[in-house]
Amino acid sequence: MNLRTLTVATALGLVTAGAFAQAKQQFVPVLSYRTGAYAPNGAPWANGYVDYLKLVNERGGINGVKLQFEECETGYDTARSVECYERLKDKNGGASFVQPLSTGATFAITEKAPVDKIPVVTVGYGRSESADGTVFKWNFPIAGTYWVAADTIIQAIGKKEGGLDKLRGKKIALVYHDSPYGKEPIPLLQERSRMHGFELTLLPVTAPGVEQKATWLQVRQNRPDYVLLWGWGVMNSTALKEAQATGYPREKMYGVWWAGAEPDVKDVGEGAKGYNAVAMQHGAEPQSQFVKDVLAKLHAKNLGTGPKEEVGQVLYMRGAMSAMLGVEGVRAAQERFGKGKTMNGEQIRWGLENLNLTQAKLDALGFAGVMRPISTSCVDHMGAAWTRIHTWDGKAWKFSSDWLQADEQILKPLVKSTAAKYASEKKLTPRTPADCQS
Amino acid sequence: MFYRENGQFKTTYRADQQVFPILQDRVAIWALLAAAFVVVPFLASDYLMRAILIPFLIMSLAALGVNVLVGYCGQISLGSGAFMAVGAYGAYNIFVRIPGMPLVPALLLGGLCATAFGILFGLPSLRVKGLYLAVATLAAQFFSDWMFLRIKWFTLDTPSGSVSVSNLQVFGLPVESAASRYVFCLAVLVAMAVLTKNLVRGAIGREWMAIRDMDVAAAVIGIRPMHAKLSAFAVSSFIIGVAGALWAFVYLGAWEPAAFSVDLSFRLLFMVIIGGLGSIMGSFFGAAFIIVLPVVLNQVLPALAGLVGAEISTVGISHAELMLFGGLIVWFLIVEPHGLARLWSTGKQKLRTWPFPY
Repeated sequence: MNLRTLTVATALGLVTAGAFAQAKQQFVPVLSYRTGAYAPNGAPWANGYVDYLKLVNERGGINGVKLQFEECETGYDTARSVECYERLKDKNGGASFVQPLSTGATFAITEKAPVDKIPVVTVGYGRSESADGTVFKWNFPIAGTYWVAADTIIQAIGKKEGGLDKLRGKKIALVYHDSPYGKEPIPLLQERSRMHGFELTLLPVTAPGVEQKATWLQVRQNRPDYVLLWGWGVMNSTALKEAQATGYPREKMYGVWWAGAEPDVKDVGEGAKGYNAVAMQHGAEPQSQFVKDVLAKLHAKNLGTGPKEEVGQVLYMRGAMSAMLGVEGVRAAQERFGKGKTMNGEQIRWGLENLNLTQAKLDALGFAGVMRPISTSCVDHMGAAWTRIHTWDGKAWKFSSDWLQADEQILKPLVKSTAAKYASEKKLTPRTPADCQS
Repeated sequence: MFYRENGQFKTTYRADQQVFPILQDRVAIWALLAAAFVVVPFLASDYLMRAILIPFLIMSLAALGVNVLVGYCGQISLGSGAFMAVGAYGAYNIFVRIPGMPLVPALLLGGLCATAFGILFGLPSLRVKGLYLAVATLAAQFFSDWMFLRIKWFTLDTPSGSVSVSNLQVFGLPVESAASRYVFCLAVLVAMAVLTKNLVRGAIGREWMAIRDMDVAAAVIGIRPMHAKLSAFAVSSFIIGVAGALWAFVYLGAWEPAAFSVDLSFRLLFMVIIGGLGSIMGSFFGAAFIIVLPVVLNQVLPALAGLVGAEISTVGISHAELMLFGGLIVWFLIVEPHGLARLWSTGKQKLRTWPFPY
């Protein structure tokens, strides 16, 4: 290194150090997939996520602490996700929290996060047993998991039939993406099938899910009373088209939230009419205050991310809500550890563990009507288990059910036993109440 | 200039048969090894080691294994991802099911599982070759995808089918920090590379190459095709299996069958073709090309765009990466079909005769 570069480097270093001293910043890595087979679903999520972070900055940051963020493209590949995670985790003073946005990456990062002390926030996805905060100290599947989704779908079907006892002898098929993501709901569905005596048929579809002829042939032969669809990306629209070709009534199909957004049904259009999907609290929310804020404060100034028309769609809202929950975790941490300061991973973990989003807070954030209040605790990293069912009417998603709550009686023992199995495999000691205070 | 062998006389057969006959090469390789083992762990950042060097080392090892089979023995295989998967899940089952199982034997036993699997799926090579064999080995890939997704025993009945390992230790030392993981992978790679290099220089390697160049002629001079082909499958899948186990244990930590998809098989084949068929050095070049280049492009492109005042989105980077990557592959294959290793040796030859080439 010669003298000139040395001077330049030093000067640069001083300038950046000075900038840091002036404004406190909080770094948020954004792992997203905007390319590859799942891009149609990944891109709106990322747009919502980034827009929310931008909006926080427009609103003046978290008690004055501005958010800094950087996006990294994973292409839904686990190895690439790990690379992105490693690249971003120490940048700009360290990552506040990370949202892996894929079940495979969640599994891989779950092993790394406790060492790096970075909370892993998985809003509505990831590993369901990580709701148990005593074992999964760093995982936060806030506002629902795939087990909540599966449980409430069964409840919704039960309501349609006129009571869960009417499910006895019925046939329910699960058409799922053959990966950890698709397999997540199986333990819960098996539990429910034991309880109510319905017959559960498992129909795996090989990734990415374009080839489903054999699966739907089985559906044609078995004629199940209901079909649950656990797919995403191109698999969903293919399944709906196959259902149409098979003549299977779309009204009897229930998708998970990854199979319940605009990109999944848009191409099928009228053919998907009547198709239901579980909405993890929110659906498409173009009327919400948050969407109005984004349009007024970001898109009106050409600061928005992605197409303006997609603001408020299902996956966009999911991204925004995911970002909001993470940011609120930081805010909660600030309330305890000092307002207007940059929080570290450990402090944010405490914040996420002590979230208390009341209705008033949600209203202030512009999420009134979008979701219900949520409060998490050391033991319960999920906070709430509420969903709604929405139905595609050919043009838009409309809510077709009331709020549904997953049955604690079923969920809790399952979470407990699976988490305990994980703890024994990893030789982890579950956290004590004293550890919860920290 | 400095790369000249004048005055380096070899007076024994041993000296003549060294892996690196030229003094400068020996010095360079020792310096490189010393730097890799001693300097890098202290200087390289956590990110550099965890996200670039470790994957590079593991993929180099896998490419080495593929090179044994495809490059040295001429048996085109599209099942490398499956061999990696068998190595990973084999090592996992041994590691988790046997209490107190140390890491290194678990990895090696995982490699042996892959060996058995490789020999099994190498059997068709006795009858078919070339493209037909490639398709036959593709069966191994689909079989392993099916096996690890469906047979719950392999994943210890985990509901989601994703498995994970932790608390890795070697001789009582934890392998958790980036530096320790890096050194561990490097040690495995160096040991395997030295063994492989000597194997391909010896009688077995010559048999493989004879089979590759013309199997009928090889049979005529007394080489047993069955023995040669199956031993190539065995050695290759052992190395690939160990690489798979490392990829799962050391790099990912938790994985699902999709981590070893057919995509990976193709990427391994590209590594070998771009790096150089039938060359140990080529495996490293190929792995670097496929693993490191996208990451580097990912980091350099935004900086480059920043210089001209443009901002480039992640989508733009990802597309540019694909285009550049495809372009570079085509360019390399046109300019040097024998891969980067041949470019390297041409360069070396030029240096040796510089400044008076003949």
